[in-house]
Amino acid sequence: MTVLFGGFLLAMLVITALAMVQTRNLFVAVMLGGIFSLLIATVFFMLDAADVSLTEAAVGAGISTVLFLGALSLTSDHEHSKTTIRPLAIIIVIITMLLILMSTFDFPFIGDPQSLVQNHVGAEYLAKTPEFIDIPNVVTAVLGSYRGYDTLGEVFVVLTAGVGVLFLLGKAPPPGCYRNKPADTEGLSHYLIPRLVGRLVIPFLILFGLYVQFHGEYSPGGGFQAGALIAAANILYALLEGEKSALQVVPHKWLMGMIASGALLYGLVGVTGILLGGNFLDYSVLSEDPVKGQQLGLLIIELGVGITVTGVLLSIYHAFASRGKI
Amino acid sequence: MEWFGLFYYWVFAVLLMIGFYTVVAKKNLVKILLGLSLFQSAVFLFYISMGKIIDGTAPIFLADAPDQIYTTPLPQVLILTAIVVGISTTSLGLGIVVRIKEEYGTIEEDEIRKIDHS
Repeated sequence: MTVLFGGFLLAMLVITALAMVQTRNLFVAVMLGGIFSLLIATVFFMLDAADVSLTEAAVGAGISTVLFLGALSLTSDHEHSKTTIRPLAIIIVIITMLLILMSTFDFPFIGDPQSLVQNHVGAEYLAKTPEFIDIPNVVTAVLGSYRGYDTLGEVFVVLTAGVGVLFLLGKAPPPGCYRNKPADTEGLSHYLIPRLVGRLVIPFLILFGLYVQFHGEYSPGGGFQAGALIAAANILYALLEGEKSALQVVPHKWLMGMIASGALLYGLVGVTGILLGGNFLDYSVLSEDPVKGQQLGLLIIELGVGITVTGVLLSIYHAFASRGKI
Repeated sequence: MEWFGLFYYWVFAVLLMIGFYTVVAKKNLVKILLGLSLFQSAVFLFYISMGKIIDGTAPIFLADAPDQIYTTPLPQVLILTAIVVGISTTSLGLGIVVRIKEEYGTIEEDEIRKIDHS
């Protein structure tokens, strides 16, 4: 039954992807992209990747769709090049696909316990986490502690991308670009039902975000997911009540502070480790008991990740949404 | 059931190539970014399907099942961060597209090239 459902989901993925490429209406393509993300999140969940599934659902289906729609509202929602079939591209794509398909026959089957992925460093993480860190969620342990350097790097990539968008869209647009745009729309506040439903949903979304943030050591979740969820709650508020009121709730200045302070908090935990006589990002020296130190370090760096991700995603959204209006 | 063991990889290959085709053959910049994120999702699927272990469950220790097998956490960690980095880079791309639209008045690659050469 699971196999059948998996096959159905994968077939749906391919169909959605084909429809996405085929359609000339970009609005439709973006909405199909959201459906694609939701489908692939379900597939991830079936493959035992609960954390990844949560992230994909929040980021891919939620925030990514909103950002694409924001960009479409500033550009155009119709692809008007004539759809020419490009024979050379098709030939190259088919040859590459055949090569990849051929190589798959040398791959281990899905779920093979003998495959290299299962028996290398991953198995060691699973075996040693109870002893060294003692938290149930191994994904959080690997993310924050064993591979803390990677995650620090990722946080800085997110930070850099956020700063990049702010640089790109920080300058006022050239005059006459958005002549036929309304000065400042008030969101969907004229519509009763979305507004009421939104008001009901937003507090719970924030609460869930905080739960995912602080319970990430024990259940699926962590800073990345929580950041995406809390940003999504704020974006929903901005869509319902308009840009202005959303920026009153979380002003631009705060967002700038959040972007920098989250990454700094992460880095500071690393430096504290050095000052207390350990290595960079070695949390075991943070407390008398090395295991307690690891848990404390994880909690703080996850908080740093959450703050930066929330700040970056929200300020990117505001950069797109307020373009040409203010 | 043996053939199903490779089915995820085949879907990965097809999705990857749909994304690849979009990136090389389409001329609309937003469409190209959509293709790029499709390409990315295919890679995510590949990693996650590699990590799955038979009879396993998500790598969160259960208190009352000492013999439980867990799926390896490492690919999941890599993809988890990659998703968030992916949305940041995509939004950077969208920012560039918006600026191009403001300067050129179009987001079609061939029209932009025409303006550049005239």
